[in-house]
Amino acid sequence: MPDLTPADDSTLIRIRGLKTVLNGKTIFDGVDLDIPRGKVTAVMGPSGTGKTTLMRHITGQLAPDAGSVVVDGRDVPRLSRGDLFRLREKIGYLFQNSALLTDFSVFENVAFPLRQHLRLPEELIRNIVLTKLQAVGLRGAAELMPSELSGGMARRVALARAIVRDPMLVIYDEPFVGLDPIALNQVVKLIRMLNDTLGLTGILVAHEFSAVKRVADQVYLIAAGKIAAHGTPAELAADTSPWTRQFFGGEADGPVPFHYPARDYALDLGFPEARA
Amino acid sequence: MTPAGKPRNALAGGIAQIGACGLFLLSILAAVPASLRHIRETVRQVWFVGAMSLTIIMTCGLFVGMVLGLQLYYVLSIFGGTAALGTVVSLALYRELGPVVTALLFAGRAGTSITAEIGLMRATDQLSAMEMMAVDPLAYVVTPRFLAGVIAMPLLACVFNALGIFGAHLVGVAWLGLDNGTFWSNMTSSVDVWKDVINGLWKSVAFGAVITLIATFQGYTTPPTSEGVAYATTRTVVFSSIVVLALDFVMTAFLM
Ligand SMILES: Nc1ncnc2c1ncn2[C@@H]1O[C@H](COP(=O)(O)OP(=O)(O)O)[C@@H](O)[C@H]1O
Ligand SMILES: [Mg+2]
Repeated sequence: MPDLTPADDSTLIRIRGLKTVLNGKTIFDGVDLDIPRGKVTAVMGPSGTGKTTLMRHITGQLAPDAGSVVVDGRDVPRLSRGDLFRLREKIGYLFQNSALLTDFSVFENVAFPLRQHLRLPEELIRNIVLTKLQAVGLRGAAELMPSELSGGMARRVALARAIVRDPMLVIYDEPFVGLDPIALNQVVKLIRMLNDTLGLTGILVAHEFSAVKRVADQVYLIAAGKIAAHGTPAELAADTSPWTRQFFGGEADGPVPFHYPARDYALDLGFPEARA
Repeated sequence: MTPAGKPRNALAGGIAQIGACGLFLLSILAAVPASLRHIRETVRQVWFVGAMSLTIIMTCGLFVGMVLGLQLYYVLSIFGGTAALGTVVSLALYRELGPVVTALLFAGRAGTSITAEIGLMRATDQLSAMEMMAVDPLAYVVTPRFLAGVIAMPLLACVFNALGIFGAHLVGVAWLGLDNGTFWSNMTSSVDVWKDVINGLWKSVAFGAVITLIATFQGYTTPPTSEGVAYATTRTVVFSSIVVLALDFVMTAFLM
């Protein structure tokens, strides 16, 4: 039984000793991580390290093989389906691939969480939805269908849908992918604004350190199944450990593997002398 | 793997699939109360699977009836019994051809689109997105389609039967010159509402349940890739056809 009482009330999510194996591949091997309330925490790392998997643990979509995941004082892997749904009503989740409902217009996609859980007058739903769409710059696109949107627009609609109920926690899985510099700048400001004015807790999965620097209060760098570095963006930028240097310097060689595990390159290309 | 190991694994895999499908049925039934909150979804799905299948059902019903009229007129004329054409055609339709052919057409038209739709929702994370918005995809996506199949199938079978009898009437009366009054009066005096019509409708209800169960199960459990969805769609037609014909035999034996 994990310790459900937070060390202090400022910790919203506490993960201890997380171990995960998917298809025989070890994704996490003893990860400890704290997400403070009312702050924006960035999770960075090479693609395929398990950032999305970590978000799936936090939201109870996937149970870890070992370790504890406590969100808002609740032991997520052991929640009943009903309790899990009650917890998720307070979480906004921006999927990495947007995951808009293809049957519904942009407006109805954003209105979906409201219609499903609250009995609100149509007028109010309209106001809330249009406000959120305005915040992501897509009020004019309300009547379009998801198939008519570009990737970056779909991403912003999904963002509007994630925040439509003003949740206590918003998880942004790669929100900047496919955005042009103007939209990216607006989304960065929006995430910061939600956090400053509404006190939302944010978890931001992203690769763009320049954007992360502007929104995140703290950064976790995950690599090879472990926390490779942790600190404020400024601390990470100044960090001289090989992990951080390589990740932010973009080098292929270093402790963070760029190459998926493979046989010897020369052998694969069929150079027999490489066998020697 | 030993040579004998493979078929045994396939057999075990098949049995496991049937078991999983049975559990899936239980969770669909358990989600029925929750799905009543989304009653508009069910109505929308009745429209989709029902109204969209109407064209194919009506066309095929007409042709099946016309062929039946021709063939049976020929057979009956050997015994000098062409007056029984209406009776024989309508019994064949009500008892067998209506429910079975409608079910096979339904599997091809509506079953495949249900599988492809749910499979694509799985592949594009829409089902996970619903879960994350605290909406149960079983209650919102699967159960409404299941109920719609159970509701739409008997209605479609009725349409099929009506068009079939109309087709036989066209051939027998309008073309081959059978007496109109004989055609109808022989039919109405020898077709029994309970034994023939209602029993046939029970079959359609069962077929509707089985086909939409297979279609939703295949879509819901598909590997989340375009290949996976394609295979799942094929499997829906193959499994539905086999199960419908097998179930038809069993039900006929019990309902006789
Ligand atoms: N459902 C799954 N089954 C098996 N392996 C998976 C599954 N989902 C993800 N993985 C593997 O887990 C690793 C981490 O994936 P993911 O969390 O999506 O990475 P990212 O950090 O890019 O978000 C990848 O190597 C991926 O192949
Ligand atoms: Mg990811």
